[in-house]
Amino acid sequence: MIKQLLSFIKKEFLHIFRDTWTMMIILALPVVMMLLFGYAVSTEIKNTNIGVLNLSKDEITNNIIQRLDKSEYFSLAKNYSSYNEVEHSFRRSEVGVVIVFDENFSENLLHLNKADVQIIADASDPNTARTLVSYVTNIVAQSLKDLNKTPQTNYQINPEVKLLYNPLMKSSYNFVPGVMGFILILVCAMMTSVSIVREKERGTMELLLVSPTRPIIIILAKVAPYFIISFINLLTILTVSYFVMGVPINGSLFWIFVLSIIYIFVSLSLGLLISTVAKTQLTALLFSGLILLMPAMLLSGMLFNVESMPLILQVISQFMPAKWFISAMRKLMIMGVDVKYVLKEMGVLVLMAVVFVTISLKKFKKRLE
Amino acid sequence: MNEVIVVNNLTKRFGNFTAVDNISFEVKKGEIFGFLGANGAGKTTAMRMLCGLSRPSSGEASVAGFDIRTQSEKIKANIGYMSQKFSLYEDLKVWENIKLFAGIYGMKKKQITLKTDILLKELGFEAEKETFVKDLPLGWKQKLAFSVAIFHEPKVVFLDEPTGGVDPITRRQFWEMIYQASERGITVFVTTHYMDEAEYCDRVSIMVDGRIDALDTPKALKENFKANSIDEVFYQLARKAERKAD
Repeated sequence: MIKQLLSFIKKEFLHIFRDTWTMMIILALPVVMMLLFGYAVSTEIKNTNIGVLNLSKDEITNNIIQRLDKSEYFSLAKNYSSYNEVEHSFRRSEVGVVIVFDENFSENLLHLNKADVQIIADASDPNTARTLVSYVTNIVAQSLKDLNKTPQTNYQINPEVKLLYNPLMKSSYNFVPGVMGFILILVCAMMTSVSIVREKERGTMELLLVSPTRPIIIILAKVAPYFIISFINLLTILTVSYFVMGVPINGSLFWIFVLSIIYIFVSLSLGLLISTVAKTQLTALLFSGLILLMPAMLLSGMLFNVESMPLILQVISQFMPAKWFISAMRKLMIMGVDVKYVLKEMGVLVLMAVVFVTISLKKFKKRLE
Repeated sequence: MNEVIVVNNLTKRFGNFTAVDNISFEVKKGEIFGFLGANGAGKTTAMRMLCGLSRPSSGEASVAGFDIRTQSEKIKANIGYMSQKFSLYEDLKVWENIKLFAGIYGMKKKQITLKTDILLKELGFEAEKETFVKDLPLGWKQKLAFSVAIFHEPKVVFLDEPTGGVDPITRRQFWEMIYQASERGITVFVTTHYMDEAEYCDRVSIMVDGRIDALDTPKALKENFKANSIDEVFYQLARKAERKAD
């Protein structure tokens, strides 16, 4: 039994090692994805052009503008003298955000202890706009707070914004768990299902089924290499994110691995399930691509916030294993919370694995009859 | 016990459709048994049942002395199988394929190594031991697949259209290999579309609409149907088919 299993596993590894494309996907993709999301698709904001319409023109506003310019997020690109120019400027995409101080800004602040400031952002890209606005708000608030320190009068209690866990709002903190969720499901579900269906397509599966090999050995042997490879990928991603991207690992490494292994099991069982349904490699590829990967990227909270999606998509996202994994991984890795706060996510994943394995085993048996 | 395959009233239904309709026959040890029929006549379904891949709806059969209903695992250990589609691993080397399949059938390592060299020599493949199967010409692949199917000395070997797409010379060589196997006592159960190949068989059965309409030696069949070749016999029978080929 064991000897047979081992020789089968060896065969699966040979299939993988001898296929250049498979090897590329398996080994290079995690690193490429990390770098892509880390540097190219960064949702982080750096050196955005900011425009200023300063009708107040005094020490306080100048101070705020200086601070904005000095920050790594913005660089002062335009100084306007009227509202009209602001609109033109946006149309020409000269700036991403504009801050407006009206004539009475400082006066109001000094006398009424309260003043309005207008922040205008280009919301055709809502996520960026939201981030820009929050950055500007933070910097304005910070300047006013510092102003209060000079012990003259108390102007106003400013809201103090504190960004937990990711104070610099680095997007890498967000995407590392996301890339993990994506890569693991890709390697496990897609590769496993394709490799099983390939044998069906080429007729070798029939040869295995008429041999005295037990189906369970065939399945285990198919799954084992991808299990090992996913684990290596997991290590690669963690290493790259920790040493290259500087993403901290705040939580227990042990539980991070436990969580990942549970998720790997879910993905593998999904791969099995797909392989029982799909008849050709192409179908298997499309299945895993459309049903698993796209939603894993779009609905899992990796790129977009699930809470701000329409209800129907929120409901669908509940059925995405990646969503639960990414949420739990964020908590464990970035927030560094105790494992008891992710028990719900782990429970859901275990339940999913059980359901998928049961269905695919049933389907597998049916096929034999 | 001289009968290696015994089939009694074997039937397979899929819903309302009767794929294999109450067939009975016996095959003797070392016999080359041709299993003919148009596409959709039920050959493959019958063969799958005999290999233990599919359960019969009714009737019974034994292969190599084991019941196909209850002892399919034992049957699998005692048969060889080569399918219509070419089925060795293309991305494995010649010796890796041999080793893998011999291992599956429980052969010892030493035995495998020894026999592999003998086999390659017989086939004239000594130089191809390290070649990837995908780089072999189709005819060579087919010969290799057959050799792998009988490498573990099974009692019966099932060949599902083994010579599809192969040139006449290679087909000829292939049939020589089949004769050698049968001389060694391996029973050969073969389906084919080539009617000239049917003439090489010891006995031939012709399936029409799930039933076996004729079963005899090629010579006797030709006499009974007053035909010059098995081809003619086949057309006389196949014309009666009501079922459409798929």
